[in-house]
Amino acid sequence: MTEVVATNQTIVVVGGGISGMTAALEAAECGKQVILLEKNPSLGGRVSQLYKYFPKLCFPTCGMEINLRRIKANRNLKVFTMAEVSGVSGQSGDYTLDVTLSPRYVNENCTACGKCSEAVSSEFPNEFNYGLNQRKGAYLPFNMAYPQRYVIDPKLIGTPDADKAKAACPTNAIDLEMTDQKIQLKAGAIIWATGWQPFDAAKIQPYGYGRIPNVITSVEFERMADRMGPTGGKLLRADGKEAKDIAFIQCAGSRDNNYLKHCSRICCMATLKQTTFVREKLGENGKATVYYIDIRAIDRFEDFYQKVQADKNVSFIKSKVANITLDKETNSPILNGNNLEQSGTGQDMRYANRHDLVVLAVGMQPSIDFSKFGLKINEEGFIDADSSNGGMFGAGCASDALDVNRAVQNATASALRAVQIINQVAGAEG
Amino acid sequence: MSVKKVGAYICKGCGLGERLNIKALENIATREGKTAYAKSHDFLCSQAGVDLIKADIAEGTNFLVIGACSRRAKTEAFNFEGVNMSRVNLREGVIWVRPNTPEAKETTQEMAEDYVRMGCAELKHMNFAAPSTEQSLVKHVLVVGGGITGMTAALEAVTAGYQASIVEKSEQLGGVAKQLYKRISLKAPFKAIDNGVSELKAKLESNPNVKIYLNSTISQTNGAPGRFSVDIDQNGTIVTETFGAIIQATGFTPFDMNKLPELGAGKSPDVVDQMGLEMLATAANGGAIKRPSDGKEVKSVLFVQCAGQRSQQEGHLSYCSGHCCLTSIKQATYFKDHNPNADTVVLFTDLRTPGAGGENFYRSGQEKGVTFTKGVAKSVAPNGSGLKVTFDDLILNQVVEQDFDLIVLATGMIPTSGVDIDKVEETTPPEQLKALSILNLNYRQGRDMPQLVHGFVDSHFICFPYETRRTGIYAAGPVRRPMDIAQAQEDATGAALKAIQAIENAALGRAAHPRSGDLSFPKFRKEGCTQCKRCTVECPFGAINEDENRYPVFNEARCRRCGTCMGACPVRVISFENYSIETVGQQIKAVNIPDEYSEKPRLLVLACENDAYPALDMAGMNRLEYSAYVRIIPVRCLGSVNTIWLTDALNSGYDGVMLMGCQKGVDYQCHFVRGSEMAHYRMSKIDDTLKQLNLEGERVATYEIAITDVQKVPQLINEMAETVQRIGMSPFKF
Repeated sequence: MTEVVATNQTIVVVGGGISGMTAALEAAECGKQVILLEKNPSLGGRVSQLYKYFPKLCFPTCGMEINLRRIKANRNLKVFTMAEVSGVSGQSGDYTLDVTLSPRYVNENCTACGKCSEAVSSEFPNEFNYGLNQRKGAYLPFNMAYPQRYVIDPKLIGTPDADKAKAACPTNAIDLEMTDQKIQLKAGAIIWATGWQPFDAAKIQPYGYGRIPNVITSVEFERMADRMGPTGGKLLRADGKEAKDIAFIQCAGSRDNNYLKHCSRICCMATLKQTTFVREKLGENGKATVYYIDIRAIDRFEDFYQKVQADKNVSFIKSKVANITLDKETNSPILNGNNLEQSGTGQDMRYANRHDLVVLAVGMQPSIDFSKFGLKINEEGFIDADSSNGGMFGAGCASDALDVNRAVQNATASALRAVQIINQVAGAEG
Repeated sequence: MSVKKVGAYICKGCGLGERLNIKALENIATREGKTAYAKSHDFLCSQAGVDLIKADIAEGTNFLVIGACSRRAKTEAFNFEGVNMSRVNLREGVIWVRPNTPEAKETTQEMAEDYVRMGCAELKHMNFAAPSTEQSLVKHVLVVGGGITGMTAALEAVTAGYQASIVEKSEQLGGVAKQLYKRISLKAPFKAIDNGVSELKAKLESNPNVKIYLNSTISQTNGAPGRFSVDIDQNGTIVTETFGAIIQATGFTPFDMNKLPELGAGKSPDVVDQMGLEMLATAANGGAIKRPSDGKEVKSVLFVQCAGQRSQQEGHLSYCSGHCCLTSIKQATYFKDHNPNADTVVLFTDLRTPGAGGENFYRSGQEKGVTFTKGVAKSVAPNGSGLKVTFDDLILNQVVEQDFDLIVLATGMIPTSGVDIDKVEETTPPEQLKALSILNLNYRQGRDMPQLVHGFVDSHFICFPYETRRTGIYAAGPVRRPMDIAQAQEDATGAALKAIQAIENAALGRAAHPRSGDLSFPKFRKEGCTQCKRCTVECPFGAINEDENRYPVFNEARCRRCGTCMGACPVRVISFENYSIETVGQQIKAVNIPDEYSEKPRLLVLACENDAYPALDMAGMNRLEYSAYVRIIPVRCLGSVNTIWLTDALNSGYDGVMLMGCQKGVDYQCHFVRGSEMAHYRMSKIDDTLKQLNLEGERVATYEIAITDVQKVPQLINEMAETVQRIGMSPFKF
């Protein structure tokens, strides 16, 4: 049984992406006791799957390294991975969380030497790369994974591969008998930083995701651009050829009464950023076309928009794409719709544009249903900032569709709200 | 502090035992490194291994050489309180980057032996970092600016159990928000709500932990986090108070619409900006909004978005102010709520209402009958009793003329950020600067916070929006970046957290982000100092002042422990207890340099610990091979690299030296701001040294490396090895 010391002066942070790591660290660096729970085998969340950030085009793992160093150095902060909250009871200043720890089948003896991975042969879709390639059944999720400890896929259990992995381990770190563990944690305040999930592009029937080749999502495109990603940083079509003429469809599933009604805020900037990947990889041969309703490059981001607009290889078409059809000859997608800016010119507004690859800028939605934990949520399912939530606070994309900078800002504010509760509890208890 | 006792531990796990001669490494530790003892273990990070080390610590060992994996790995196991440690990277840094072949065995062993020598040398010159004693716990936050951001920050700080003082230059609290008739509600039914100022004000005024200074400015700020001493000038009377941290919430002033005569500003009283419309709405108080010229009810109104903003025209603002689309929709509903038949048109190029609430709010405007037209206004001119607007309709592709009763120009925000310290002319009289300044910091590097872009006092870092170059001082609200009220209040809350954290850190003598918790700080040997001022000029955080004799005065709680001062000092009088000219310099000297005819060159890499070093580590994790002749030393920042290290390396026979730091320039990635840039600059001067030594310029190179350059770093090392092979070995081997 895992021993955990948690009291009603502990802050529990649910979710170990950048918002959760931030909320946990900011509170812990104020001297508070913090427990950080992450359902995946390692910290980092969706940000760790991004190639670059807008607008600086720097690498998310750089900030992640700093945050990991802060976590490693902080004795007030304890991290649990593969941990999911199944229930919450109590009230502000006195919560109890029911937490399920899923088996990793690898204990703390693991040195990340990689022998188990060499020993097994079975492969599974790599979730870190949104299934664009395969990973071994015994694996380290990614280079920066923390804890730096391998994972045995539960699907391996009971197969000969599991025994091979165990036999290969020089440090006796593999324990195939591990099972679910249920623990209870006390907490004075809870920060929900469970992040977001990409809208399921297959639901947008007319765009043919999953049906028409060479139609991918923005999150997949991000993995493709990464030099350590599934294509080694090449922007590839399904046939393995390099895509040179790439279209981006904005508001794919967002700002649409049929799908997500809200604007996901990040997609315009993410697309502008991704047009720079096209140019970075392909130089003069790279061409990007953005189909948009409004370009929401808010506040200082405008500078970045202007920079991208100045690129003659990037063009903008004000249009909501009606549908995508397949050009059977080239296996390329054809985008059909009306160019709104050509109305009144006497020219035909309709277009049927063929591109090598189409990237759907998919929206953000909350990754869990918060209402089951008694939280007040808004129409879109994000956590409402409402006093009825007591000592529970949303942070980052659990509270709204936010870019990284705003998510971190929001998580810092949530850390203070939790600290306020803890200080009140501590004050009352003397 | 107790006597220094150094123990060496060599791990045999992860293949180290098979690949390396462990006994030889132990001997090097004790004989050359002079450690008290050397022990090996089959599996050092196991409980048994850790217990072995702990038992020795209990017996008095307080310095540990851990020869095992990288300092980034197994940090939970090798986590001992009250000791200094050098992690000798034999795994990711040696056996994982070398082939397991008989031919490679000798050079791989030499690599490992040198790293053990280096670890011992580092510890030999390392001391315990004792926390600075210059601070005390001052649980009092100064909030500069009494607008809604500052009021919120103060309230949040006192709710957490701290004290807060607000310094407001005007005669009342509330700032811009107080002038709003109503504020936006992003919740159904999207009806504008009270601006919230009175409620906040009442809460602050009744709280015994809040002090409010009206009609006040700051005439002087001295000190550091935990001991800021601030002179508050209240109508000429000076009050001096001590604060633990400062929040700057000085807000913005609206862009002067008179700079937009083409849009009718100044030509007709019926052309107003958004603040002007708030005044009209306040006067109407829910009734008909009347136009200024003749008091007639406004039946048609045009909102011109991006007026004087998102424009490259001289005198305009190039950025987007973020809130104006939402504000115009709110203002259109002022008209619609009173008279659903009022004609309200929003003329925009991109309607920017992001997020969940934002889009719903936009939709609610559409549902209430607000018209949204994509277009750009060309001119506004009086036409009879109304105003004629000419605009390009970007959808119909035609020029449209239309009459309106009232025009609202959605102009932008200009941050109230005080003196731009990077642009101060030396001829500007101090009194003028003092009046213009907000904080009047008595800092060597200027009176106010450094500005990022367009006058905003924002962080440069995406992951760290509260990162600032003045430790313990945090900007919040529209002075930081353009934002609406809701975000400003959120921002104020975050800034209050950072202020509280700065107070707690300062009280314990700990560093703030990114070296959070670091207890070391620069020590300075005054006798050797030549008063050259390089350290005071180059410190990225303005931590070092100068005394009347031009000697540096270190303010430890402002220091972020990057070591840029140490790198800058030409006479090497600045060092940290646990990171010094010696701890690195002696590692460089500890490496065994084979003679000129051995065909075994030596390459030195000084790598930024946050980006280049992890990239090298991950190269090892991916088993990417690189030259066995390289010796890598992580540094806190390339800015901390003192040229003496290079001179010593070249003098002692290294054949090549590589500096790996972060990207510099406008989009710099150095988390100590200018470290990488300083290193590049200093290295540009190394040519003279090379010439004196009669060495080729190619032997020294500086690189910009990102943490993702996992494949690139081994290539660069191998290229340097090839270069050395081409130009030949250094003649300086003794």
